[in-house]
Amino acid sequence: MAPSTPVVTKPSPTQEGVNWKPVLLGITVFLVAIFSLAPILWQLLTSIKTNADISRIPNVYFPREFTLEHYIQLFDRRPFLRYVLNSAFVAIVSTLLCLGLGSPAAYALARLRLKGEQLILGLVLIVTLFPYILLFLGLLEIVQILGLGNNYLALIIPYTAINLPLTILVMRSFFQQLPRDLEDAAKVDGYNTVQMLWQIVLPTTIPALVTTGILAFIFAWNEFIFALTFMTRETMKTIPVAAAQIGGATLFEIPYGPIAAATVLGTLPLVLLVLFFQRKIVQGLTAGAVKG
Amino acid sequence: MAKLEVTHLNKTYSPKIVPVKDLSLAVEDGEFLTLLGPSGCGKSTTLRLIAGLEQPTRGEVLIGSKNVTHRSAGDRNIAMVFQSYALYPHMTVFENIASGLKLRKTPVGEIQQRVAEASRVLDLDGLMQRKPSKLSGGQRQRVALGRALVRKPDVFLLDEPLSNLDALLREQVRAELKQLFQSQNTPVVYVTHDQTEAMTLSTKVAVLYKGDLQQLDSPQRIYSHPANQFVAGFIGSPQMNLLTLPCENSHALLGEARVPLPQVTEPQPAGQIVLGIRPEHLQVGKQPDCTAVRGQVFLIENLGMSDLVSMHVQNSELTLRALIANTTLKAGDELVLSLPPQQLHWFDIETRSRIPVQPETVAH
Amino acid sequence: MSNALRTIRGREHLTGWLLLLPALMLLALVFAYPILRAFWLSLFIENLGTNLEPVFTGLGNYVRMVGDGRFWQSLWITTIFTVIAVTIELVLGMAIALVLNESFRGRGLARTIAILPWALPTALIALSWQWIFNGEFGVWNDILLRLGILQEPINWLGEPGLALASTIAADIWKTTSFVAILLLAGLQSISEDLYEAHAIDGATPWQSFRQITLPMVMPQILIAVLFRFAQSFGIFDLVQVMTGGGPAGSTEVVSVYIYATVMRYLDFGYGAALVVITFLILVAVVAIAAFLLSKAQNRTEGV
Repeated sequence: MAPSTPVVTKPSPTQEGVNWKPVLLGITVFLVAIFSLAPILWQLLTSIKTNADISRIPNVYFPREFTLEHYIQLFDRRPFLRYVLNSAFVAIVSTLLCLGLGSPAAYALARLRLKGEQLILGLVLIVTLFPYILLFLGLLEIVQILGLGNNYLALIIPYTAINLPLTILVMRSFFQQLPRDLEDAAKVDGYNTVQMLWQIVLPTTIPALVTTGILAFIFAWNEFIFALTFMTRETMKTIPVAAAQIGGATLFEIPYGPIAAATVLGTLPLVLLVLFFQRKIVQGLTAGAVKG
Repeated sequence: MAKLEVTHLNKTYSPKIVPVKDLSLAVEDGEFLTLLGPSGCGKSTTLRLIAGLEQPTRGEVLIGSKNVTHRSAGDRNIAMVFQSYALYPHMTVFENIASGLKLRKTPVGEIQQRVAEASRVLDLDGLMQRKPSKLSGGQRQRVALGRALVRKPDVFLLDEPLSNLDALLREQVRAELKQLFQSQNTPVVYVTHDQTEAMTLSTKVAVLYKGDLQQLDSPQRIYSHPANQFVAGFIGSPQMNLLTLPCENSHALLGEARVPLPQVTEPQPAGQIVLGIRPEHLQVGKQPDCTAVRGQVFLIENLGMSDLVSMHVQNSELTLRALIANTTLKAGDELVLSLPPQQLHWFDIETRSRIPVQPETVAH
Repeated sequence: MSNALRTIRGREHLTGWLLLLPALMLLALVFAYPILRAFWLSLFIENLGTNLEPVFTGLGNYVRMVGDGRFWQSLWITTIFTVIAVTIELVLGMAIALVLNESFRGRGLARTIAILPWALPTALIALSWQWIFNGEFGVWNDILLRLGILQEPINWLGEPGLALASTIAADIWKTTSFVAILLLAGLQSISEDLYEAHAIDGATPWQSFRQITLPMVMPQILIAVLFRFAQSFGIFDLVQVMTGGGPAGSTEVVSVYIYATVMRYLDFGYGAALVVITFLILVAVVAIAAFLLSKAQNRTEGV
């Protein structure tokens, strides 16, 4: 650093010409934003264009006319509200179950010094790497034997399970950061382990539960292969499957507008989640992947 | 209110990690026992074993002559105050203090009455509906005390409860603690690494080092009759002078000075002995009936009340440190220090334990 | 059991296992059972030819697999897909992470936008990209035509090589943000002091990147590669919705082939054998990666 100008820490444009760094940074940030948003925005735009504009060549980027026709069509011709409710119900119930089963397990692995906990942790970690295609055949059999086809349980059970490893890893890393004194104080006060977990430990880890819950909800909402396989009745389908099958239903003309509208509606809850909980999502993902 | 006793307590994590080796001690009603030692000496583990937060590998814990070794912490009717206070962050002060009583199904009226009483003693009125995050450090500490007091436990356990307070507050709370527990008539076990706390609060001090009990005595005797070289060096500030000296007949040689050995001393096998004398007991100039040591001052540290003067002993490698009030000495000055014979401590060079001087009785 | 309950540790242990048990049972049901069941089922022929009754065949399904060109092709396509997608995602993800690690106004919003693709349902994203790559009305053709790069529209999803490239592009868009999130966490853990010290020593930014950034985020890079490899090797939703494996099987990855074998041809025994082989390949690669990961972690701890 030049000793003659101790006050100026950054070279100013007037002295050394144009300072390129902020400009370049601005451009790259803009590119990252465009890269991430463009496909979603294009789908949004398509969903409110008229059919005439959709099929115009060259493409219409800034239509003069907007319409909600595709959205109305979705709810008119299909039980779209039902799809949304199915997705929401299955995702919420499985998320709560997952927290309910995963947190105690995570606590046991974080604190109770069980024999073989390293082995269990290793298995849990490996299991997060399994693609669902490896599981669907065996699960299909279970679903058939128990007669769970077109039953919410056929999705709730696997969704709870596929989110358990992440829940266990993330919650365990949060539990380990808790001050041990708090639990010792609770033991001296007379709490047994279960009471302590419910009345002392979990209330102090609500932020961690929210983080984990958001991730579990996202994974459950987005799941495709089990929903595709176990839910064949129209009224039981979830959004991703239902949306993917809109095009397949008609042989003649592919309904681009309604597909776009379905995509927008199916992604909207997640866009909102990301907008509000960006920090928590990042924190949870890195805790689950890196620290585990 | 019940006597606390531990017998042959041992905690072994692995062959190399044995925080508590073989500890036996008893604390009566109204006694205040401090477990004192440097970090890693096993004092906290001992407390956790008494509390039931750890399972001893061997040995027993008895409260009121009932064996509670295998009972959970919650079933021992003990109360504990933690270094971090460990207040439940999501509960109000009232809920924190009352939580242990609620779990024991104490009637609501009695809970309120007991909390009110503790609140009055600890000056917590007006804070009852606050959450711990809205309290100052001193207030949190008092809430933690309150949570222990309302339980009316058989034994109080305190794990360095003052170490998170700033220095000024610490002294004040220390005095309050002393008054508080004097009125309880219940055994108290207190863990600290701070010898001032140990000296001021306790009726008995157990000095621990590397998992072994070094000395169990009143604070006064710990200071005046340290059982071994470790206790001698650990207790007292500034530290006791500990000098390894060669012996000749019935004298130890300190430079040119000849210090008479205690009469009971067996001939020292190695021909050496450890002499201890506290800096505050050294006297300036040649005093009657004292051995005088001549030397040269090389360092003066001002401690406020007095100065800590370090001196090279003439014709030896040894140094002596003396506490001298209002001195005008400076580095390079010649100095004569006298060693009063009744203030000398002798330690065996091999066993490092105290060599008793008659007519003193053997410290146990 | 009564003996275990006598001591504090014994009771603690018992409680621990009770807390763990429900989760472990569910994991066993949904993960362990299907895999083990696939091993067993792969020893049988169970298809329309046997009226869906299991007939023991020993290793017959595996012998059949050796001569199954469609299987080898799907394996090859999956490998190409995985290698290209993961490589590009890593480079692109690192670039995005570096940008998002700079401090600028609106960084929070930029990070939010950047993780959006990862959070959205793959099946719906596949629909979006199907529309973008549409041969008639797709916006990708339109952009290239306007820029003069193309003279006439291309049916991206209709040509074998292009269809694979298109699905890879969609996958890159979808999962680069996941890589970027992981790498960003690694970048944030590097102390600024290191760079300043290095800059005072006279290092250029590129040297700093090579000598500080890369080694320090190597654990995160390997974790990202591990996760992405596993996800990409088992990719199903995106390809199934975008192309269904076509045209002419040119995008038929292993998962899509397994799904078709089971659900379309109802060939359960052979499908199980395919599951077993895919599982074994995955385990082998993960084991190697985990080994490298632990070595890399040892090395960064040594720094």
